[in-house]
Amino acid sequence: MIVPLTRFRPLWMFLGILLLPWVIEGLLGRGWVRILDFALLSVLLAVGLNIVVGYAGLLDLGFIAFFGVGAYAYALLASPQFGLHWPLWAILPTGVLVAASFGVALGWPTLGLRGDYLAIVTMGFGEIIRVFLNNLTAPVNITNGPQGITMIDALHLGTWSFARPHRVLGIPLPALVGTYYLFLLFVLLALFLSRRLEYSRIGRAWMAIREDEIAAASMGLDTRRLKLLAYALGAVFGGVAGGLFAGFQGFVSPESFTLQESVMILCMVVLGGMGNLRGVVAGALLLAFLPEVLRPLGGWQQHWFHRVLIDPSTLRLLLFGVTLVVLMRWRPEGLFPSRARAREWHTS
Amino acid sequence: MVTFLQQVLNGLTLGCIYALVALGYTLVYGILELINFAHGDLVMIGALVSLSLVRTLQGWGAPLPVALAGGLAGAMGACVLLGMALERLAYRPLRHAPKLAPLITAIGMSMVLEQSSALLWGRGYRSFPDLGLTHSLALGGVLISPLQGVIVLGSLGLLGGLLWLIQRSALGRAMRATAQNPMAAQLLGIDTERMITLAFVIGAALAAVAGLMVGAYYQVAHYTMGFMLGLKAFTAAVLGGIGNLSGAVLGGILLGLLEALGAGYLGDWTGNLFGSNYKDVFSFATLILVLLFHPSGLLGRHAPEKV
Repeated sequence: MIVPLTRFRPLWMFLGILLLPWVIEGLLGRGWVRILDFALLSVLLAVGLNIVVGYAGLLDLGFIAFFGVGAYAYALLASPQFGLHWPLWAILPTGVLVAASFGVALGWPTLGLRGDYLAIVTMGFGEIIRVFLNNLTAPVNITNGPQGITMIDALHLGTWSFARPHRVLGIPLPALVGTYYLFLLFVLLALFLSRRLEYSRIGRAWMAIREDEIAAASMGLDTRRLKLLAYALGAVFGGVAGGLFAGFQGFVSPESFTLQESVMILCMVVLGGMGNLRGVVAGALLLAFLPEVLRPLGGWQQHWFHRVLIDPSTLRLLLFGVTLVVLMRWRPEGLFPSRARAREWHTS
Repeated sequence: MVTFLQQVLNGLTLGCIYALVALGYTLVYGILELINFAHGDLVMIGALVSLSLVRTLQGWGAPLPVALAGGLAGAMGACVLLGMALERLAYRPLRHAPKLAPLITAIGMSMVLEQSSALLWGRGYRSFPDLGLTHSLALGGVLISPLQGVIVLGSLGLLGGLLWLIQRSALGRAMRATAQNPMAAQLLGIDTERMITLAFVIGAALAAVAGLMVGAYYQVAHYTMGFMLGLKAFTAAVLGGIGNLSGAVLGGILLGLLEALGAGYLGDWTGNLFGSNYKDVFSFATLILVLLFHPSGLLGRHAPEKV
């Protein structure tokens, strides 16, 4: 009997995802595996922001601040800064708690008001957190100012360090590939949680709030608490991604957490399709690789015009802005929308 | 006492600029209930355009008043055109879309304006040409520069004119009617689309003036300067009661005073632990506190959300 290959589609996909870093290393070189690792962190962030923007319909413009809070939590608990060297399994819950409390503290004053207030307060928070990171050096040097914190412990579980190559069953496992599997684990976990939430009572309540808050409230939903929950959960995803980022990169500084980064993650969510996990993952991967695609542009300009007319990073940010405007005008449901969301955008 | 008066004067100068920008937020919000995130960036465009024009005109040997007038006119023209384009291209098509759409468009537009300016003027800080107005006079120990006088008097004049326009003229009555109930206003023969455009135009023109003032005051302009300024002006608008014009003016001046006094004194009180390097935090803390305890602001009325 011939079994069609498509019957094993999930299996093939899974194998493909497992082998991806090896293929990329073989075809494009090790640098691209690093980019792939960072892309997975972007996916994690986008999945987190999707809970806030996609499910609950709240615009969060300072999402990167939670990423920053998580990163600094990891940096402070696992570096010579305070001489602390906590293990990963202790840092992550701490980081989660810290990020969630920031989320609640900020969401609290705004959630009873119109959605625009949350947008501007989060935008301000994103900027203010940077002011604090830059200045919290006295009376106790906590953040080490603009220089940031260096020599952060590498990600490790027990004696297994993700910064060193290993041999597993005689097969050499490069550090970057090991990290890929670790991040993949977190991404899969995030996707699983997100998917379960989406179809749970809470998820359906979020969607009701998104579609019509007043109607949702009159059906007896505690909209304020539900919105706060979405906001805090999003912050948690951001915080975890930040912790992994700090351990992976080995140093953190305030410059990684700017408004531009927040807009980039928003762009990932909007481009892929707010509220639709598959779309959000696709959007995140697409935009995470964009800077690498644009990078040669500077060299080409140098070659053809003998000077750089458009800085690739300016161009990238310009593209983000244009993407947001164009999508909202003509395809607000994103490139890969969920059916329910697409209907919503086109009936009101 | 002299220090106190000095800080009050500095705060008043700053507050007048905030008030001009806050009016732009409040005018648009009053009619459309939309936070125009790109408004702060119009101020930045105003500053950069006037910087370039004043510099060019001075380079051609134009006397200071001519150069300033030219810079102001150019900045106003650019900002008004951009403001109209913003409304027409980005916000009008989304008038009936879900609330999230115009917010995301606004942030996208702000990004586009910033990065386009980065392309045109570069990513570095541009120094504002010296206007020769910074030579300070001492008045009982308090230093007043002619520029501060021009800023305070100029913006108070503008604010007065605007309040007259909105409260007393027929045009202002039509605008207020549109803000109150667009449908009824339309039935009474008011061209509400024109009123909305007008709100953007007035806001943009005030932003251009504020841009020139803030550029001349700090003697520097930068493509990201609109962000913090916009955030503070929005805080001022919320503090005064968003949608309320006199509220925006009051909020702006209060916030300017708060910031100047805070930056001036907090460092001394806390042994320099928490000083002027945190001055951007004050306005944000103010915003959070106002939202927490009195979200309708000082002069605003509580507006229930419309179904």
